[in-house]
Amino acid sequence: MALTRRQFIQIGGAAVAGGAVASGLASRWWGLDRNRVEDPGTDGDRVVASYCELCFWGCGVLAHVKDGRVTKVTGNPDHPLSRGRLCPRGAGATGLLYDPDRLKRPLVRTQKRGEDAFQEVSWDAALNKVGEGLLELRRRHGPEALALFSHGSGGTWFKHFMKAWGSPNVGAPSYAQCRGPREAGYLLTYGTPLGSPEPIDIAHARVITLIGSHLGENMHNTQVQDLAEAIGNGAQLVVVDPRFSVAASKARFWLPIKPGTDIALLLAWMNVLLEEKRYDAEYLAQHANGLEELKAHVAGKTPEWAAAITGLKAELIRDSARFIAAARPASLVHPGRHTTWYGDDTQRARAMAILAALLGSWGRRGGYLTYNKMGLPPYRMTKELPHGGKGAADKPRDGGYPVAGEVIASGLCDAATPGHALYDLKGWMVYGCNLIQALPSRKQTIDAIQNLDLLVSIDVLPAEICGWSDVVLPECSYLEREDDVLAPPWREPFLALRQEAVPPLHESKPGWWIAKELAGRVGLAEYFPWKDAREYVDARLTLARHDVAEARRRGVVLGKKGPVCEEEGLPIDLGTDSKKIELYSQELKRLGFDPLPQYVPQEEGPAGHFRLLMGRAPTHTFGRTVNNRLLAEPYPENEVWVSAAAAQALPGFPGPLRNGERVWLVNQDGARSGPVRAKVTQRIRDDCVFLVHGWGQGAKRLRYAHGKGASDAELVTRYKVDPIMGGTGMSVNFVRLEPVGRIA
Amino acid sequence: MSARFAMAVDTVRCVGCNGCVIACKTENAVPEGGFRDWIAQEVHGVFPDLSMQIRSERCNHCAAPSCVDACPTGASHVAQGGIVAVARNKCTGCKACIAACPYGARYVHPAGYVDKCTFCLHRVAKGKAPACVETCPTRSLTFGDLADPESPVSRLLRSRRYAVLREESGNRPQVFFLA
Amino acid sequence: MNELDVARYSHLIDPKLHIWGWEIPVYLFLGGVAAGGMVLSSWLALGGARPSRAARWLAFAPAGLVALGMGALFLDLSYKLHAWRFYLAFRWTSPMSWGAWILVVMMPVSLLVALGGLEEGELSWPALAPLRAVALRYRPLLLRANLVLGAGLGLYTGVLLSTLGARALWSSALLGPLFLVSGLSSGAAFVLLFRLSEEERHRVTRFDQVAIAVELAVLLLFLVGLATSGAAGKDAAGLLLGGPFTASFWSLVVIAGLAVPFLLEALETALNLRATALAPLLVLAGGFALRFIFVAAGQV
Repeated sequence: MALTRRQFIQIGGAAVAGGAVASGLASRWWGLDRNRVEDPGTDGDRVVASYCELCFWGCGVLAHVKDGRVTKVTGNPDHPLSRGRLCPRGAGATGLLYDPDRLKRPLVRTQKRGEDAFQEVSWDAALNKVGEGLLELRRRHGPEALALFSHGSGGTWFKHFMKAWGSPNVGAPSYAQCRGPREAGYLLTYGTPLGSPEPIDIAHARVITLIGSHLGENMHNTQVQDLAEAIGNGAQLVVVDPRFSVAASKARFWLPIKPGTDIALLLAWMNVLLEEKRYDAEYLAQHANGLEELKAHVAGKTPEWAAAITGLKAELIRDSARFIAAARPASLVHPGRHTTWYGDDTQRARAMAILAALLGSWGRRGGYLTYNKMGLPPYRMTKELPHGGKGAADKPRDGGYPVAGEVIASGLCDAATPGHALYDLKGWMVYGCNLIQALPSRKQTIDAIQNLDLLVSIDVLPAEICGWSDVVLPECSYLEREDDVLAPPWREPFLALRQEAVPPLHESKPGWWIAKELAGRVGLAEYFPWKDAREYVDARLTLARHDVAEARRRGVVLGKKGPVCEEEGLPIDLGTDSKKIELYSQELKRLGFDPLPQYVPQEEGPAGHFRLLMGRAPTHTFGRTVNNRLLAEPYPENEVWVSAAAAQALPGFPGPLRNGERVWLVNQDGARSGPVRAKVTQRIRDDCVFLVHGWGQGAKRLRYAHGKGASDAELVTRYKVDPIMGGTGMSVNFVRLEPVGRIA
Repeated sequence: MSARFAMAVDTVRCVGCNGCVIACKTENAVPEGGFRDWIAQEVHGVFPDLSMQIRSERCNHCAAPSCVDACPTGASHVAQGGIVAVARNKCTGCKACIAACPYGARYVHPAGYVDKCTFCLHRVAKGKAPACVETCPTRSLTFGDLADPESPVSRLLRSRRYAVLREESGNRPQVFFLA
Repeated sequence: MNELDVARYSHLIDPKLHIWGWEIPVYLFLGGVAAGGMVLSSWLALGGARPSRAARWLAFAPAGLVALGMGALFLDLSYKLHAWRFYLAFRWTSPMSWGAWILVVMMPVSLLVALGGLEEGELSWPALAPLRAVALRYRPLLLRANLVLGAGLGLYTGVLLSTLGARALWSSALLGPLFLVSGLSSGAAFVLLFRLSEEERHRVTRFDQVAIAVELAVLLLFLVGLATSGAAGKDAAGLLLGGPFTASFWSLVVIAGLAVPFLLEALETALNLRATALAPLLVLAGGFALRFIFVAAGQV
């Protein structure tokens, strides 16, 4: 071993270099140095066009199917509502499809109602049980004693069943618990309700005024697309909200109003418009009745008057009014959607409608449009549906709610209490609406349920209402079924098809099948002559001479765009009896209500309490999506928004409430919900708290959502009924916060 | 001239709906708990004098990526068009890149390798836009090639004011937030 | 007053980054002790005196400690099957890569140094005879290489963190020197746990005292530098000077790990007391706490 130092270094160096070269060559030869960045491979072998059912908007989707699984759901570029773009819920449909907690087999209750004890049974056994129950109900109480609560497009089959069965009692919480007051307010003013999607021209508006609407957080896809487009084109926002909403953060004017005082603000805005002659006089002269009465009504209702009521600075009210007026007629007062707040909601909607009229925006570009619907002939039935029968039992025995344009769901609930309505309801079918969260006063709902002879629910997930049902029928999700054609009114009328992307999982069944099978068991089979939903839809499309294959490939049939506003040549046509905009409502006067909106102070809450406000998150649709694991990732549970100022010294708290800490919410009647994480923020007034609706689920079979967050519904023990249309104002509850340590 | 991919995020249009997040998760089969993009909301001020910026954030595909520098095996690399990617066949899961990233844009996939936004390299290679861009209901996201002066992203950056996140990191991020 | 809401819940990096648990601090600590051990064994051997039996055998320790440390590092890898990828690439910008390769180079060198330092017949394993011949032939070169590699290893344990510029606490050029001197002192403390000759003990204790003094100075400079840098640095300094890590940092690292052993060692030297294991153990505990706290605090 006689190596020199030099040799040693040389050999060592050569070894290292050799090793490096060898490893380099080895890498090269074996392809080890190639950077593999995999294609995730989620493009489908098959792409099925359909429309979405994660909310009610009905956007067109493309379901990518690979090896029998839906890998992803994307927007259908041909569909006018999605334009190829989806909100998170739409994109998260696979989270519903593959939700491990889905209803898998029919369930029959084994113990007392509400104990949530069920047995899995076969479809035959379940359907026979429902059939026998229905026949017994009809024998003892007549067909009208059955009510259907239905939300979602699959409900059409059950609505058809109800027609064949002979009951008018078909309702949904989407009216009297949601957009009803708005529909009534616009119906009274313009002679037509707005419906869904709302015929408003956000895209072309130059100023958009949102009153309690948090568009962007309520993710109505097309409206949000239009809103962004408008903002991109320089449109300005005026946002009235006690909370610094997402829309408020983009607004030129944010008016952090004291909850319950919107009508005062609206009257003051009108006062500015009328006093300063900023309204569209020519338009009103031509199209409206009652301007003089309105002028007299708002005289004196100055910004200074409203400032004392609303907690807003008079200058802010005046400046925002001028700003709104300056953009008319392309100054859009958004009508809102969830409008059941304080029981005087129809009057607030009236005030908004009147403001829109002063701006001359009804029937004009950038304002309210007239949409068109694409007709489609009905399926040719051999047997005509029965006519006549009793009216709906959705109103109290002594009458009321004369302007209600749809069946009042809360009224159907009340009608289960003997003697409340003209006749009693004895059976409920509930399709896709969780009445426990949707209706006000949970106790009242449960008491009503205990009066029923039969409660059947049809759902995809084991919602709370399923736990109270006698029979639970598992429907498959929208990706696993065919449904009726959707033909909503729109700028350019269209038809959209619901198509099965993958066969139903587990033992779930599509709604059309369940309805048809039920009909067969109660002697109504001849009203369901179609083989299946596909044959039903194809027959209708064929009758209208549409290319069925092409329609199924694209998922939509587009109609011809007609004029939708005055600028496009469509004359302003009003549906009121007077054929005029009813600034002063003769109808309301006749019915004994205020013909012009009045500001009536709301009751204040007890000391140390905050008014409970509710709203939406873009990732969730009511309580329907809270168990969706995919959507839970960016939004795992709701939070109670508490003003940072108020959080400094909350009664009962040893120190300041910290952001993220959990608290209980306890309302004025002692109802509690939580524990829920507190979002301590500058973004809300200090006299109210805010919750996103749908959380605090009591359904233990929703294993993800169960017990997460807090339920505003649980805290709505009180509500104020709108005497005009029967809406249930629910923002009349007050909560205090309680530290979690207090009760274990 | 070779491509230089970049993204402009219009914070004025964005409503923070998370559409980009869910579309990304399904497009890329991102596992539960992993995020390749996310929404950040930054509020300034005291009630009622407030402002808020909403940002759809993701890997900034930096021109001087500290994560690539930190990677001992070359798994983190700069791919086509400047896209920063992880070759999962080379990744040891040492997590140096996660520590090196100023943006928290990387996470450990349950399979062991480090995962992150690829600007949907697999889609871009086919001439399609990234999934987040394609789905965004507010059209807040613009993806494109900065090397092409006529690309929409180049034009946007010429006409609008913008900022990048943590410029002081020296990473030269390539996701631009329009204000 | 600002609020920042990030709508994601990624367990590793939200709400704070905590990608590295106990494994990395253990790896850095063992690497540091090994670095100190290498420097010391070269230093003692280059000092000329005939090393004690303990000192001779202790020269094997760095390789063992590093092997243990690498075991910890391996445990931390989340894709262990790809560990071999470290040795298919050398990425000069990546301290992680430097580390992987330094470990490969220091192993044979430190083992050769140890082998060459043994007395004739102390290890009668014929297969090692040729290696021992090499080790003896190039002993002076190997000893110097060992010294340099030891210092490099010590520096590396700090540089690994300090190049991660995204973490303000780590982003300091002083982190390398700090971890180096801490490693030297820990290595000395480790050696002091064994039965050294009186002269060696004296030299190593002096060495340790100097290392501790320098470490205190570097630590002070580090904190001053951090506290007077930008906002992020101030926040990071706050973690140690008035935040969640203040108590553990000052009690475990500064007082128990540096000040007390320094005084103890000074007393031992001055009063010629019989040395106990207390001071070295405190130094070692302090050295580990330093790395643990730095790794944890850097991930806040």
